[in-house]
Amino acid sequence: MPIAHMPTTVPVVVDEAKCIADKGCTVCVDVCPLDVLRISDLTGKAYMKYDECWYCMPCETDCPTGAVTVNIPYLLR
Amino acid sequence: MDEIREGSTEVSCDVLVIGGGTAGPMAAYRAKRRNPNMRVILLEKANVKRSGAIAMGMDGLNNAVIPGYATPEQYTKEITIANDGICDQAPVYKYASRCFEMIQELDRFGIKFQKTENGDFDVKKVHHLGSYVLPMPNGDTVKKALYRQLRREKVLISNRYMATRLLTGRNGQVAGAIAVNTRDAEFLVIRAKTVILCAGAAGRLGLPQSGYLWGTYENAANSGDGYAMAYHAGAGLANLECYQINPLIKDYNGPACAYVAGPFGGYTTNNDGNRFIECDYWSGQMIQEFYNELQSGKGPVFLKLDHLHSDTIGEIEAVLHNVERPSRGRFHQNRGTDYRERMIEMHISEIGFCSGHSASGVFVDEFARTTVTGLYAAGDMASVPHNYMLGAFTNGAVAGEHAAGFAEEIDLPDYDIGEVEREKTRVLAPTKRDDGVPPNQIEYKTRRLVNDYLQPPKVTAKMNLGRMRLAEVRDDLENRMVARDAHELMRSLEAASIIDCADMAATASLFRTESRWGFYHHRVDFPEKNNDEWFCHSILRKQDGRMTVEKRPVADYIVPIEESERSAYDRQRIRKSA
Repeated sequence: MPIAHMPTTVPVVVDEAKCIADKGCTVCVDVCPLDVLRISDLTGKAYMKYDECWYCMPCETDCPTGAVTVNIPYLLR
Repeated sequence: MDEIREGSTEVSCDVLVIGGGTAGPMAAYRAKRRNPNMRVILLEKANVKRSGAIAMGMDGLNNAVIPGYATPEQYTKEITIANDGICDQAPVYKYASRCFEMIQELDRFGIKFQKTENGDFDVKKVHHLGSYVLPMPNGDTVKKALYRQLRREKVLISNRYMATRLLTGRNGQVAGAIAVNTRDAEFLVIRAKTVILCAGAAGRLGLPQSGYLWGTYENAANSGDGYAMAYHAGAGLANLECYQINPLIKDYNGPACAYVAGPFGGYTTNNDGNRFIECDYWSGQMIQEFYNELQSGKGPVFLKLDHLHSDTIGEIEAVLHNVERPSRGRFHQNRGTDYRERMIEMHISEIGFCSGHSASGVFVDEFARTTVTGLYAAGDMASVPHNYMLGAFTNGAVAGEHAAGFAEEIDLPDYDIGEVEREKTRVLAPTKRDDGVPPNQIEYKTRRLVNDYLQPPKVTAKMNLGRMRLAEVRDDLENRMVARDAHELMRSLEAASIIDCADMAATASLFRTESRWGFYHHRVDFPEKNNDEWFCHSILRKQDGRMTVEKRPVADYIVPIEESERSAYDRQRIRKSA
């Protein structure tokens, strides 16, 4: 039984021009209660890897460069 | 990150605190304050800096008992009545007597409490009888303030470790816990003299109406792991059938909130714009009226603010859009809802376990002791009813101090190495399969069944069917669930906690053959309250591998309640005047 991927539009978006994860910053990844953010091996920038969001906002509030925006998940928008 | 590494480390400590949200940090801090030589470990599934129900702070205290405004006797009486009489008063009275000292401690940490122009505490009335609500103007800084204190006291913090089971010693006393790292699946075996469970509510039990698994009222990280661990360690759990169900902003599923808007003049109405409940304080009786209104044709139900002055609404917005659930503002903006012009559509939440607002928790006494020696519980998962954030802090302090004292008297208990090996096998099983059902589908199905069969109005035949369907999902969980990385493994362990809580919800609800606590335990086939047979706690526990429930008498009241006072919370509906 193969496991399929189900596409979703993710609530947390990162402005890659502002994100400084490639300089070693991991603040948003560290503070997320659901642990859904990661640093991309390809771009060196933070992104939302798992669509498991409580739209609680520590990632956005604690980001030192204002790169992170939390949107309301589409299903309850 | 996320690749599964097999490995295991063993550490030991005097006091192990599981859960770094609200009660947990305070428990660890007070244990260390009592005895600075103590080794105190604070284990957290997320990161203590931003974990738990108050990850983004809190707007105020909902249950402050401040000299000059309320007395411990008054508060104990109010909570006893609000909880339909099923209340061991000793822990409530202890909380009420000690919470002012906790307010002073939080003040020393730098958390401000609102004062009037005369310099008095600006206490507001939201409850049915007394005044206990106190705003916190810099409530967004609570977690930062706590974290500073933890660092100062040199509490050992282990983030991103999820405790999965408690270890028990030869005589059944607690001996530590097994935890797994959520990013590489390495094990940590923590031997401890005492353990304090502060793992929060079971907030991922029901499925929100939006269908989004994470759109819960509670912090979605609170998957009921503490309830499941206490159960498997043999601790008694009290009144789990007294679910948590809250009145929330529809779809957003966060509070609106009565405690903030109420004192400014906001209130709950039906579609006609009329009040239908006497008091917006969250009780089972209030939720019953809320539900009745939704079903009556006079719904939907709204929070009404549009009659208030624009400046007043500005003050409400400044709170609602900055603390606790700050994305509320964004939600309303998307829909074009301006509080000045439009009422806010409200709904009732999915079910959960949470003593913060109801009474469903691990049974504890006035020292936060569970029924297992050396095991304590505090905060949303312990059985002190309606205890909110200040209750979590105060009872966390009680637990930390008592656990540290107990740890001074005993040696590190031995544990059974076989128990650890069996648990490692259970935890890693989903990683050993190449094929199967992923944890998100196991979880979705479990929670959908909770909605279909277990949420009130409760029907006996439906709950029995629900148990059968849940047993089928459990079989899948134990034999066919697959996790491909450490993150999915965490989710699979949470799914196991959730299905344990679902089974407990069904079993406890079936046991109590009466209706009580308003909507929280509204049993359609037993619609009346039956004090002759059911004026007691239900205590659920694991005995010889089976789930059992028994009655436990309510302890004699410390603060007497007159017969005429007992039904104060039953009269929630506004009566039509002639």
